[in-house]
Amino acid sequence: MTPAFRVGDRVRVDDRYEPRHHRTPAYVKGKVGEVERVCLAHGRPEILAYRNDGGPPRTVYRVRLRQCDLWPDYNGPAHDTLEIEIFEHWLRPVEARN
Amino acid sequence: MAHEHHGHDHPHPFQPDHPEPTSYYELLGMALNELLIEKGVYTAGDMRAMIEQLEAVSPETHGAKVVARAWVDPDFKAALLRDGAAAVSSLGLDPGYTELTALENTPRLHNVVVCTLCSCYPRSLLGRPPAWYKSASYRSRLVREPRKVLAEFGTTVPDDVEVRVHDSTAELRYVVVPMRPEGTEGWSEEDLATLVTRDSMIGVARAKATR
Repeated sequence: MTPAFRVGDRVRVDDRYEPRHHRTPAYVKGKVGEVERVCLAHGRPEILAYRNDGGPPRTVYRVRLRQCDLWPDYNGPAHDTLEIEIFEHWLRPVEARN
Repeated sequence: MAHEHHGHDHPHPFQPDHPEPTSYYELLGMALNELLIEKGVYTAGDMRAMIEQLEAVSPETHGAKVVARAWVDPDFKAALLRDGAAAVSSLGLDPGYTELTALENTPRLHNVVVCTLCSCYPRSLLGRPPAWYKSASYRSRLVREPRKVLAEFGTTVPDDVEVRVHDSTAELRYVVVPMRPEGTEGWSEEDLATLVTRDSMIGVARAKATR
């Protein structure tokens, strides 16, 4: 499958409720970062957890976020960052508002 | 249950026993394990062999070798940073079952790893994770106040160095390549490996100083 995003693209982590196992932690939902790396594609955790193969693989990205964007009261230098793996179906182009 | 506990008419040893599981999920896990053995899905021997296999991996005998090689061999370090699994395999070590990413600490960048959702850990290089790595406290605080947590581990990172937290949430595993300590010029790979601790490969500490 062709990845929808490229290294350097600005992306927003989708801020939506998902009751199933989905591996997108609440603290990054709605936050904006930048694609640091395009990783391999994997089955969707939302259905992989329920005894099947996870369906067609979805690309996983390493997204780099600034700590001061994650936490408005971040107690550290502005250059501190956090990187996290996010599945493609949890990312939106940054122009699109949720 | 491992043993039954009838009242308190016998003396307890001074050192307390490992606590019996008490929570619903701990008991559920034990019951499931016993049922799977009873149904013949696997045997108690299989289970023991798996635990022994996990415990045969240690940071000293596995991960430290990878870091020491990276310190002495720039080509290997470049390969490790490019494709962690392939580089680890080239040393005859098991890279694990998923993508492995090596994170190089530099004078400008300090990497540290956490799994906020559970306890993802590069077990094929570092063995079983320490209890604190799985604690709710480490998992919730490292992403929120990394510099404070690092300081509690004795690792003060100057403000002009970027702290980069890696949340291992999905399919990748991470190992930190700490900076090679000063004063180790000319050291053998074997001697260098003794400076590479588990905590330095998680990123909560630096490699051991030479004195």
